[in-house]
Amino acid sequence: MPSMNHLLELEGVSREQVATILDLAREFKAVSQRRIKKVPTLRGITVVLFFIEPSTRTRLSFEVAAKRLSADTLSFTASSSSLSKGETLLDTARNLMAMKPDVVVLRHFASGACHFLARSIPAAIVNAGDGAHEHPTQGLLDMFTMREHKGSLDKLEVAVVGDIRHSRVARSNIQGLLTMGARVRVAGPRTMLPPMLDRLGVRVFDRIEPAIEGADVVMMLRIQKERMGNDLFPSDREYARVFGLDATRLGLAKPDAIVMHPGPMNRGVEITPDVADCGRSVILEQVENGVAVRMAVLYLLSAHLLEG
Amino acid sequence: MGAVGLIEKRVLLDASGVAQVLDRLATEVAGLVAHGPSAVIGIQTGGVHVARRILDRLAARGTPLPSVGTLDITLYRDDIGMTREQPQVRRTDIPFELSRTGVVLVDDVLFTGRTVRAALDALVDFGRPRFIRLAVLVDRGFREYPIQADCIGLRADTEPAERVQVELVETGAPADRVVVYERRA
Repeated sequence: MPSMNHLLELEGVSREQVATILDLAREFKAVSQRRIKKVPTLRGITVVLFFIEPSTRTRLSFEVAAKRLSADTLSFTASSSSLSKGETLLDTARNLMAMKPDVVVLRHFASGACHFLARSIPAAIVNAGDGAHEHPTQGLLDMFTMREHKGSLDKLEVAVVGDIRHSRVARSNIQGLLTMGARVRVAGPRTMLPPMLDRLGVRVFDRIEPAIEGADVVMMLRIQKERMGNDLFPSDREYARVFGLDATRLGLAKPDAIVMHPGPMNRGVEITPDVADCGRSVILEQVENGVAVRMAVLYLLSAHLLEG
Repeated sequence: MGAVGLIEKRVLLDASGVAQVLDRLATEVAGLVAHGPSAVIGIQTGGVHVARRILDRLAARGTPLPSVGTLDITLYRDDIGMTREQPQVRRTDIPFELSRTGVVLVDDVLFTGRTVRAALDALVDFGRPRFIRLAVLVDRGFREYPIQADCIGLRADTEPAERVQVELVETGAPADRVVVYERRA
């Protein structure tokens, strides 16, 4: 199957390549459901988890994925790295190369940090979230989860609600979903909608109700207080009242619509606890599927790494 | 049929030859699975079809049927990361308790033994079988690993560079055949 050199973004990744990853992830999900949840496939491959921005679940998910494939993992986090002592990203990365990693998984606060690293060091780079740019494995695991529930992504009506502007999750989902033939609507306060969003081919709403109406999938985004000032919306309570997903609003979607959230949730802000825990919520499945999708990505990136 | 870049050299078995060989193989497999909990597991992809043919014969004879599974050995290959592209991963399906079950592994062609080595490693990750036996439609020689089959449909003299292909109608072939191909220069 067609391999990849890096996974930096979903923009520009072909429909065939996305389908390949999602099909492969289905087989890897089965590995996680076995008694021995481990295969020897990537023995000898070293994966560095280079997390400059704090993240627990994404790092753990990549770590579990690598370990289930028998790869070795090294973890570098912001607080433990020399970046906090003033070393540049490039110098830290060059030092990392002394450990001969085959794959580097990078989480960074700056958009484009992964592209920079891909040009600078001889390792396969996986973007685990770069600033407000993309988070491709999150997009893939979301599409995998939608496909498991809905069979196909083609013509699926997907509503993405919340802080679109600061959300790399939204960007990766929009890119991937449009590639796969889904129809995407986005909604959020005007202050959280980037300009010219409609040029991507999505429908833009400044109210939640019309975006959710008749949707197959309702994806709520986290309000990212760490990425925004205090002037984008007046208060949590007002945001919840105008843009939060509650049972009444969910009633506007198709009766079999699923509810998604990339986590961590702000319960009572973008989503009410009863909706987050209801039978149509697939939020915990997203976490489980993340491991399978990341196993598929690590597998595809490891072609010819042990050559010679 | 035959893949691109291959020239047909000779036919080892025609349709009636394949049927005869499968009949004999089914008899031998029936002996292996006659006592205690047993299973027939086909190796993806060729072995799955041969296993299906063997099981059809057991069913037609009224033999008590063993459990059935499929095994993909891709994740256990010894050349992962050494090739330009990753091999495709196919479905593994072992819907029964493998521990204390006697297993007959089925493949279409036995050649270097590397696939069977991977299959043995894969199987023990699912449990501790009572025994594992190996049944193949064709043994073409040139083993690289110390692996031998317990039931062999046909032993064929081949050259290392040749390619032996089992073509069955369920995989789109016009007729059942076992064919030797030469790689086009």
